[in-house]
Amino acid sequence: MSRRAPAPPAPPAQALAEPASLEPWTLLAPDGTLAEGYRPSLSDEELLAAFRLMLLSRTVDQRAFSLQRQGRLGTFSTVEGQEASVVGSAFALDPARDWVVPQYRELPAMLRQGYPLTRFFLYFRGHPIGNQMPEGVRVLPFQISLAAQIPHAVGLAWGLRQQGSDAAVMTYFGDGASSEGDAHEAMNLAGVRRAPVVFLLQNNGWAISTPVAKQTAAQSFALRAPGYGFPGVLVDGNDLFAVHEAARWAVERARAGEGPTLIEARTYRLGPHNTADDPTRYVDPDELRARRELDPIVRVRAYLRARRLLSEAEEEQLRSQLMDEVNAAVAEAEAHPAADRRHIFEHVYADPPPRVRAQRERATAGEEVR
Amino acid sequence: MTYREALRLALREELARDERVFVMGEEVGVFDGAYKVTAGLLDEFGPDRVRDTPISEEGFVGAGVGAAMLGERPVVEIMTLNFLLVAMDQVVNHAAKIGAMFGGQVRCPLVIRTPNGAGNQLTAQHSQSFDQYFAHVPGLKVVAPATPADAKGLLKSAIRDDDPVLVLENLRIYTEKGEVPLDPEHLTPIGRARVARQGRDLTIVAHSYAVVRALAVAEKLARERGLEAEVIDLRSLRPLDMETVAASVAKTNRALCVEEGWPTYGVTAELAARVQHACFDDLDAPVERLGMAEVPLPYAKSLETAALPNEARLERAALATLELVPA
Ligand SMILES: Cc1ncc(C[n+]2csc(CCOP(=O)(O)OP(=O)(O)O)c2C)c(N)n1
Repeated sequence: MSRRAPAPPAPPAQALAEPASLEPWTLLAPDGTLAEGYRPSLSDEELLAAFRLMLLSRTVDQRAFSLQRQGRLGTFSTVEGQEASVVGSAFALDPARDWVVPQYRELPAMLRQGYPLTRFFLYFRGHPIGNQMPEGVRVLPFQISLAAQIPHAVGLAWGLRQQGSDAAVMTYFGDGASSEGDAHEAMNLAGVRRAPVVFLLQNNGWAISTPVAKQTAAQSFALRAPGYGFPGVLVDGNDLFAVHEAARWAVERARAGEGPTLIEARTYRLGPHNTADDPTRYVDPDELRARRELDPIVRVRAYLRARRLLSEAEEEQLRSQLMDEVNAAVAEAEAHPAADRRHIFEHVYADPPPRVRAQRERATAGEEVR
Repeated sequence: MTYREALRLALREELARDERVFVMGEEVGVFDGAYKVTAGLLDEFGPDRVRDTPISEEGFVGAGVGAAMLGERPVVEIMTLNFLLVAMDQVVNHAAKIGAMFGGQVRCPLVIRTPNGAGNQLTAQHSQSFDQYFAHVPGLKVVAPATPADAKGLLKSAIRDDDPVLVLENLRIYTEKGEVPLDPEHLTPIGRARVARQGRDLTIVAHSYAVVRALAVAEKLARERGLEAEVIDLRSLRPLDMETVAASVAKTNRALCVEEGWPTYGVTAELAARVQHACFDDLDAPVERLGMAEVPLPYAKSLETAALPNEARLERAALATLELVPA
């Protein structure tokens, strides 16, 4: 792959199939201009939907952050700065057959698959139903045990193949999680078994306070892929189009039975690790300022304006719509009846053994748990 | 001094005393440790003695085993006990067995320190107390300080021990304050329990955060009912000081064993078996046990509290041991 976005052949498969380049692949420059000769696979309508989801994600981040500060929500991690990486990749999926297997920073991908926003607020309010997916929503819940979701994704992908489906599984993980044995073992397995899975590694520069340079001595995580026997791609994770095209290509490969792909989306975490973190202790303010200039939302907005797809006034209107949407989800979650003691014993077993049954009965009768 | 500060002081003293001691783990340097135990140590001792690692628990626990075989004294921090499961093979199959399997030719003076416990709404996967998983394993020592003084004394003993020691800290005790001996040679011996409160009516045996709960309940029983509970703080799960426990039960004739984790096959199961054997003729009532509800811990505060061996449940269990309410 050459340096800045080559006039990519359409489809960009050829460029992507080459061994990982050490320069992230870019199609949308920070000023909102497209690489020469590039025509997005996303239709204008899809692009507007993607932008809407990016804005929704930012709105949720802001609202949820303030709710957390008011004690109305538990500790959670914002997406801020990584919207192109998450949304661009999610838009390569067909929610009617493909799966999303997240870490914990990919809410917009889950929403696109049909996870109701209200459930997100319920989950972080501690309600047991927050992790339940409505029928037909192909998403696994957030995974906080780092990297544990990656082997799950591989198994899910095998299972789908076995069931005769041509679905793909997209699993997300961070640069930090990539250091776990689970990540290595899962990718190796997937390579050997040609599992229809896309490994979307979001390199956001940080694992809590640990910078990427302390996570790996390699110049790119994408370089690992050839060692597993499948292609690795390094893309500009703040470029909606580049992430999308790479993911699209990887999903097509998975569908066609060609096996897994590793995509390193190089992006940047603009917020704290989570609401309990104070990044001012370890993030250089100059670097943060420079990174803010590369905000993925700004880039897509510039493109939309240049193409006259969304005026400032229309975006204003959209923003207030999104705020209403988020507020409605919060209100619904807060109005939801609180879980009671009986819930403690629900779903631990499909067929509860006598002791659990007895405990549940006592709890139902309002007695202390014993 | 707080429990957290006591641990930090122990680390600082041992780092200064012995060149072979080094600290490693996720976020132990720049970030001061997940729970700030290692704050300031990077500045004081530099990056060779205080090593930040990638997120590879099995890798750096295993590297700790390797360094320990060479005679270094690694002190590995695991962010919480929950993540030690990822490195279980290195702990159980390697750290614990190398001494015996190599015919005593090498030792494994490795320390792993990590907080256990629940109560901070950290949900099912981040709130666990599987102390018994490790206390089950011959070749390991497992200590669980409940006070700032023991936090310092036991961590120092662990670092100086020639065998692998797991030091179980506790999330909710980090901010507890207490007197801490400042003598750098003051150690708390591993394998010796402590009578945390004298009493004549029943014995409550506990470790880690359960000791804090037991003491609170004992005070309440004394205040409201004139009942005097003796509280034994085990301090060490393996080796287990049965002498101190048995002497107390011989005096009170009743025993309640409490733990923060699941009681099935738990620390209290071991205690109950040993107490009924050692104190068969002394017991006036069956040995009672209390732990967390046998479920993955819920997230909501109210449900979390209800599932844990909270003070109300503990008081009720104490009264049941005294046969004042039905068991
Ligand atoms: C097995 C395990 N080890 C450690 C942790 C503690 N931990 C939580 S998030 C995190 C950093 C993860 O960084 P990364 O994977 O890059 O994701 P990011 O938060 O940057 O999106 C760590 C060390 C954990 N949750 N699970």
